[in-house]
Amino acid sequence: MAGIEKYLRQSALPHIWCPGCGNGILLAAILRAIDKLGLDQKKTVVVSGIGCSSRASGYMNFNTVHTAHGRALTFATGIKLAKPELNVIVLTGDGDSTAIGGNHFIHAARRNVDLTTVIFNNNIYGMTGGQYSPLTPMDAKATTAPFGHIERSFDIAALAIAAGATYVARGTAFHAQLLTDLVVKGIENKGFSVIDAITQCPISYGRKNKMGSAADMLAWQRDKAVMVQAVSKMKPEDLEGKFVIGELYRSVAPEYTAEYDKLIARVSKKGGK
Amino acid sequence: MAKAQLMQGNQACAVGALAAGVTFFAGYPITPSTEVAEILAEMLPKFGGKFIQMEDEIASMGAVCGAALTGAKAITATSGPGFSLKQELIGYASMAEIPCVIVNVQRLGPSTGKPTSPAQGDVMQARWGSHGDRGVIALSPTSVRETFDITVKAFNFAEKFRTPVVLLLDEVVGHMRETVVLPESGDVEVIDRKRPSGPPEEYQAFKPEADGVAPMADFGEGYYYHVTGLVHDYKGMPSQNNALTTELIDRLHTKIERARDEITIYHQDYTDDADVLVIAYGGTTRAAIAAVKEARAKGVKAGLLTLVTIWPFPGEVVAKVAAKAKKVIVPELNYGQLVGEIERYVPREKVVSLTRYDGELFRPEEILNLIITAGGGK
Repeated sequence: MAGIEKYLRQSALPHIWCPGCGNGILLAAILRAIDKLGLDQKKTVVVSGIGCSSRASGYMNFNTVHTAHGRALTFATGIKLAKPELNVIVLTGDGDSTAIGGNHFIHAARRNVDLTTVIFNNNIYGMTGGQYSPLTPMDAKATTAPFGHIERSFDIAALAIAAGATYVARGTAFHAQLLTDLVVKGIENKGFSVIDAITQCPISYGRKNKMGSAADMLAWQRDKAVMVQAVSKMKPEDLEGKFVIGELYRSVAPEYTAEYDKLIARVSKKGGK
Repeated sequence: MAKAQLMQGNQACAVGALAAGVTFFAGYPITPSTEVAEILAEMLPKFGGKFIQMEDEIASMGAVCGAALTGAKAITATSGPGFSLKQELIGYASMAEIPCVIVNVQRLGPSTGKPTSPAQGDVMQARWGSHGDRGVIALSPTSVRETFDITVKAFNFAEKFRTPVVLLLDEVVGHMRETVVLPESGDVEVIDRKRPSGPPEEYQAFKPEADGVAPMADFGEGYYYHVTGLVHDYKGMPSQNNALTTELIDRLHTKIERARDEITIYHQDYTDDADVLVIAYGGTTRAAIAAVKEARAKGVKAGLLTLVTIWPFPGEVVAKVAAKAKKVIVPELNYGQLVGEIERYVPREKVVSLTRYDGELFRPEEILNLIITAGGGK
C-alpha cells in the first residue's frame, strides 16, 4: 500500500464492495500506475459511470466525477476537450461501457480522445444483483437469464480496435502487476486507450454459475488467461475456452484535442487567447 | 458606435452566449436549433473556445457538464426530442450543481411531431422533465433583441446559482429575423461563478454560503472533490443520511426561491387599468400585444403581462397584476400548459385558456376576438 495511500480518500473507506470482489485489486493496480508515472495529482481527473466499478472514483483523492449510467465517457470528453492539460482516467463497468454507454464508447474511440478507460469487466450487472450484461458469456446464468444466456457477448478489445482506439489491452485481477503495466502504457498513449480488466464477482456471478469462492475465480483467471506473447506458439485448439491478456493493439492516429488545438491556432484572431 | 444589424433569434442566442463568456459548446443537430451550433462552431475556435458535435443528445449534455467542471461556461442547444433525451443529465447538473445553459428551440410535439413548426409545448417538460424534485430556472424571450439579453442572463443565473438554466426559445423567436442594435461588450453585465480562495484541504465543494451556493473550484487547480448524482454531503461524498438528504433537496429549491425577485423577469403593457389581461410568453406575445393595442383602439381596456421568466413561476406577479382584471386570457401554442399554473394564482372563473397546436402561430384577431368577448363587447 505504501506509495498509493496518498491517492486514497481514507475518510471514504471502507469501500462498499462485497467480500471477495476483485474491484479493490483493480483500483490498487490503477493507483500504482498513477504512482509509477508520477502523474500530477492536481492535474489528474477520474471519471466513472454507474455500477460497482464506478464507485471506485469516490475512493480516489483527485478531482473525481461519478456520472450517470453509461455517460462517463461523455463527461470525460468534455473535461479533456475543455482542459487538455488534464490527465483523464475513466473507470467503468462492462454493462456501463458497452450496453447503456456503448454509443459513447465507440465514438470516444473513433475520435481518439486522449482518455484512458479501464473497464472493470465482471461479466454481470453486480450492483443490481446479477442481471446479464453484454459481456455475460453464452450459456452462463444470470438472474435475468435463469435458463442460461442465449445472446453472444462482445469482445471488448475487438470492439475498441474496430472503433478506432489506439491502445487496447486486457488484464485480470489475478495478474495485478501486469494490469498496472498495462494501465501505465494506456495513460502514456496519446489517444484513446482501453484496458479490459477482468475481475471476479463471486456474489452475483460466481455463485449463480458455480464458480466457487473468490479464490477459485482468481484461479480461473490464472488458468484461462494466455499471455499475448504465447499465442503465436499455440495451436488454435489450445486456445479454446481461453482469453488473451497483455497489450493487444497499438496504433498511431491524430488525437482529438490536439487536433482541436491546431484548429484554434489556424483560425484564431490575432493569436487568439 | 453599435450598429444596427439584421439577425435571427438563434443567432442572437449564439452571440449572446459569446457576450456572456461561453467557451464550450456540445450539441447534436436538431431542427430548429441548429443555427446556434453552426454559429458557435465557427466562432468559438476563433476565441480559443471549444465546439464539439457529439454522437447524441445525451452525450452532448454529458460533455457540457464535464466542460463546466473544468471552469468553462458551457452551452448546448436542442429542440423537443433532444430536450427529452437530455433530461437525465439536466437532473444530474441540478443535483451536482453544475452551471450550464440548455437552449430548447421548441417545436411541435409529441415525438418527432412537426419539426419546423412552432410550439410552446415544452414548458412543463422544462419544469418536470427530469425525475425527482429540484429547483428550475427557465427563461423565454420574446424577440431577437431580447434573446441576446436573456441568453446572457441565463449564463449569469447558471453561474450565480450553480444550476442548469433552460432557455425556452420557440421556432418563432429562433427563426425570426429582426433589426437589432446589440450593446457594446463593456455594457453587458457578466457574472462568473464564485471560486474558492481558501486552502484546498479545507475546501467543501457543496457547503453553501449565506446565499445557499457553495464556491466551485475548477478541476485541475488542486481542490480535490467528488462530484456525484447520489445524495451527497458537503464534500460531495455519497450519503444515506436522511436529514442531509432533506437539507440537500431543500437547498436545490431554496437557493433559487430566495432569489426569486432577481430571477423574475416580466413586462407589463397597459396593465394598470386593464379589465382584460392577456398573459403570454415567448413568440406568442407578438400577436398578443397587437391584439391588446387593437382592443384598446376599439375601447376595451386590455393589457398584456409578458412572462420572460417561466420558472420559478412568477405567481406573485401574476396574482398582483391580474387582481383588478375581470378576465385573464392565456394564449399558448400548446394544449394548455402554463394556464394551469396561472390558475393557482388567479381565480379559475376569471381565466380563459386559448390554445393552438396545429403548428401555426396565433393571429392577433384570434386573441382580439376573445378580448372583445371577455370585455363584454361583440
